Amino acid sequence: MSENILKELTLKIWRQKDAKSKGRFETYKIHNISTDTSFLEMLDILNEQLVVESKETIAFDHDCREGICGMCSLFINGRAHGPDDEVTTCQLHMRRFKDGETITIEPWRSGAFPVVKDLIVDRKAFEKILQAGGYVSVNTGGVPDANSIPIANDKAEEAMDAAACIGCGACAATCKNSSAMLFVAAKVSQLALLPQGKIEAARRAKAMVAKMDELGFGNCTNTGACESECPKQISISHIARLNREFLKAKLQD
Amino acid sequence: MSALDSKIPAGPLAEKWSNHKAHINVVSPANKKKLDIIIVGTGLAGGSAAASLAELGYNVTVFCYQDSPRRAHSIAAQGGINAAKNYTNDNDSVFRLFYETIKGGDYRAREANVYRLAEVSGAIIDQCVAQGVPFAREYGGLLSNRSFGGALVSRTFYARGQTGQQLLLGCYGAMNRQIKAGKIKVYNRHEVIDVVIVDGKARGVIARDMVSGRIERFGAHAVVLGSGGFGNVFFLSTNAMGCNVSAAWNAYKKGAYFANPCFVQIHPTCIPVHGEQQSKLTLMSESLRNDGRVWVPKKIEDAKKLQAGTLNPNDIPDEDRDFYLERRYPAFGNLVPRDVASRAAKERCDAGYGVNNTGKAVFLDFKYAIEQLGRDTIEKRYGNLFQMYEKITDVDPYKNPMMIYPAIHYSMGGLWVDYNLMTTVKGLYSIGECNFSDHGANRLGASALMQGLADGYFILPYTIGDYLAKEIATPKINTNLPEFDEAEKQVDERLHKLYNIKGTKSPDHFHKELGHIMWNYVGMARDAEGLQKAEKLIAELKEEFYKDLRIVGDFTAMNNELEKAARIADFIELAALMAKDALERNESCGGHFRTEYATPEGETQRDDEHYKYVSAWEFKGDKEEPLLHKEDLIFENVELTQRSYK
Amino acid sequence: MSNFLTSSIGKKVIMSISGLFLIAFLIVHLSLNLLLIFDNSGELFNIGAHFMATNPIIKVVEPVLALGFVVHIILATILTIQNMKARPVGYARSEQSNNASWASRNMFILGGLILIFLVIHLYNFWLNIKLPELGTPLEITTVDGVEMENAYLMVSSLFKNSVFFCMLYVLAAIFLGLHLSHGFWSCFQSVGFSNKIWRKRLEWVGYLFAIVIGVGFAIIPLYFLAGFAG
Repeated sequence: MSENILKELTLKIWRQKDAKSKGRFETYKIHNISTDTSFLEMLDILNEQLVVESKETIAFDHDCREGICGMCSLFINGRAHGPDDEVTTCQLHMRRFKDGETITIEPWRSGAFPVVKDLIVDRKAFEKILQAGGYVSVNTGGVPDANSIPIANDKAEEAMDAAACIGCGACAATCKNSSAMLFVAAKVSQLALLPQGKIEAARRAKAMVAKMDELGFGNCTNTGACESECPKQISISHIARLNREFLKAKLQD
Repeated sequence: MSALDSKIPAGPLAEKWSNHKAHINVVSPANKKKLDIIIVGTGLAGGSAAASLAELGYNVTVFCYQDSPRRAHSIAAQGGINAAKNYTNDNDSVFRLFYETIKGGDYRAREANVYRLAEVSGAIIDQCVAQGVPFAREYGGLLSNRSFGGALVSRTFYARGQTGQQLLLGCYGAMNRQIKAGKIKVYNRHEVIDVVIVDGKARGVIARDMVSGRIERFGAHAVVLGSGGFGNVFFLSTNAMGCNVSAAWNAYKKGAYFANPCFVQIHPTCIPVHGEQQSKLTLMSESLRNDGRVWVPKKIEDAKKLQAGTLNPNDIPDEDRDFYLERRYPAFGNLVPRDVASRAAKERCDAGYGVNNTGKAVFLDFKYAIEQLGRDTIEKRYGNLFQMYEKITDVDPYKNPMMIYPAIHYSMGGLWVDYNLMTTVKGLYSIGECNFSDHGANRLGASALMQGLADGYFILPYTIGDYLAKEIATPKINTNLPEFDEAEKQVDERLHKLYNIKGTKSPDHFHKELGHIMWNYVGMARDAEGLQKAEKLIAELKEEFYKDLRIVGDFTAMNNELEKAARIADFIELAALMAKDALERNESCGGHFRTEYATPEGETQRDDEHYKYVSAWEFKGDKEEPLLHKEDLIFENVELTQRSYK
Repeated sequence: MSNFLTSSIGKKVIMSISGLFLIAFLIVHLSLNLLLIFDNSGELFNIGAHFMATNPIIKVVEPVLALGFVVHIILATILTIQNMKARPVGYARSEQSNNASWASRNMFILGGLILIFLVIHLYNFWLNIKLPELGTPLEITTVDGVEMENAYLMVSSLFKNSVFFCMLYVLAAIFLGLHLSHGFWSCFQSVGFSNKIWRKRLEWVGYLFAIVIGVGFAIIPLYFLAGFAG
């Protein structure tokens, strides 16, 4: 836990005024950063520096800063959520970087995630996929007692593995095909594993895949990049289940 | 006498809610289609309300400042959700949950509201399970429970350390279904800045589109604020960076009373502060106290060595460890309520026994649990929390004790609401953390999720009907009314005023300053002198803020600096009210600890004779002092005693 | 099954089924080819080749096989174009090697290289057998009293006389092995036949299969080049 100071870092950051403007990389220098600082705090410090210089601050998405809301993104040195595994950008700490290093920071790149400003992208595509069927159709009230639906421990655990998805978009951002399959699979798989969700599993799989395709995400080629960059380690085994569910649904048509 | 009418129904406690429901008005399905409701915030309260109201047939418009409703900060709740299901056969009941919540809140909550909360708690679990929330289960397939602070029974349902996330995603799913059905319209990346009142009734909101920077107006027959708490007034807190009080604060300025602003919760188990550049504090779930033992060294010289970094905590033998919670509170041990645990940690650290370089940390040790239960079990229970801890601190909590320290977490105070969750403005509702209603002066762990969902799923959908039944003749709200023009103009002027200061210091600078003042003088331990000093410092900071603020970037465009500045402007005003409220309340209760009012053992010393009330503040204008209204709390079903966890 | 083929998963399923079909073909092909090195007289191989050329079932399967190739190639092209379109602006810096194998990221390129090889391969051998008027007709030999084309002579003379072709065939075998190192497992994943347990098994079987096929095909030209065939 020993704290060190990074004397100088060079930051190559994507700047883009708005969705319509053309963007470009800008280079910034930042000094004396403690290794205990989080990556986003380092950007806060840079922004503070920019305010002093009366320059426009760098826009980036972030909110909970504890790795659960899924708001933060960033492609750092060629990797979604940076060089550390199993973390979101907000959990990344500067101890992962070396003094004098040049750090390249880019927004998620995917046709389905257009840049809004600087490092912020629009992830409404994910919203639309879930709206297409990523839920169990129950109204409030009138449901059975919670313990009247027993669920095997391992099924519940596996469903929970999939349900851990935070919707950050790292999977689609890192996939060489910009495919959203892991995101879609996480929801389809979670609900297909549970008796509550099984009832409309076929409808859900078809609707969500159709929406995913419509929104211009690429096709899955099973490279597994999504899984290894997923901050919540969601397994591509869930993609296999999605494929199965989809095939089953289509065979019934 | 009080100008406040809490509208608590008559009759025995256990029958109040059912009687009330039976007698309030209901809107017919045909008329629901004609009524519009605005909901601000998409956390557990706002999200569940949005889904439920849309299912009923109302036209719902929802706002959130994040890029998706799924990111509301309820998502970060870790440990669990309480419900009086008595699945564990340990003699839990609605009354016991009610009683423990009232007691945990140090007798500063309304009996009727809390009883209703306990009453609907079971239905929440049923609802969430039906939505596909993957709660933890036993091998037999039934639901699993864990214990939480302040409770003598195991009634907390959980989904690993991500319960809030799973519950929120459940209600986000329910919302998505209604979005698809066209019954909910969501405005992402929209900050609601003001409430519009027409003829004394809330009729809409003014919001800033955070992408285009444009100020927009929206009308509805009723407005519901589920915009969360105000912990960020302390700058460093466990709240998300964007959490803010603006919607609630501007509702206050439009006539909604603000209740118990001094009641904030300090959470005992957070990762300690490491430096000036830190932007937020990370919570380690209270559930960790189930298996972790809290301690500091018994010998001051050991503490000194730990602070200097020359001693490994694992080398301190058990007999030299002071398990101070177990020592002071043998009945509850490590599971005392949050305010008690926080103060005890502060007491030890103030006495010089802190265990890190800043002297502001205590140990939470899993060595004993790992010895007893094995590493696998601990990993299953808390794996993600341990991983999070290691990522942040670079210390492996399986091998070394965790270091924790209290941090600002939750605001029990909020907009004053009656039994129907309506504020003092007609047609303006407040739910979840945004209102003041159920937790008194201290909230028990795993009760925030319960309250948010109770309000949204099972209370507001009934009570709002009572109001809207009288609005069925009101046509769609015309947003070209002069009241909307005026409100929009005010917001525009307010933002321009901030934007045009063109000073030298960033919004964050002022936020940090405010945080220091609040933590030092309106924090875990308060006294009259400090609070008076805080009032003075806040006033000075406000003056400096309006002189020296610098907002870079364009006005009509995405501008994070402008967003932050607008939020901080409201926080500064709220801070003044918090100090005032804390100064006015000459007693200690729950999270409000006035050092002048302590028992000889250092516990809170309530003054039920003079302060057994909810303080509800009425805004009287920028230049005027706010007016205090008191809602006397009536306890007919519990006996007021000195809270004891010994 | 409406819109199945236009869906991303549908296309992948077809890719996977055609891939599995081609895998089956490779097993048959390699088994037959290995006869080249188990019998230096060439009789076994010639009998095998003659059987393949005359058996009615094989004759029916042959056009299906060709179709399998065509479908696999066309769909791969469509999928790749869609995938490229899905990211109109690329990353300035991308460290893909950290999270996915090289083969899995370059299946289309590997497939393309294999296709180029396939054309050469067909020109080398298939053309001479099927369309002798365009190529060099094969000599006729007699094995156990049955007259047949001496395919062994055609293959062995190519490899004995050309280091270039030997190397080309070895290279192609390596590409094929790499393609299969991802493709084998991927076929099962795409049709949904995988989970946490089976994934590991299928991956290992896939690697093993890729090695067998790659090495199996590669040793044949090397065997001749090294002069083991006499």
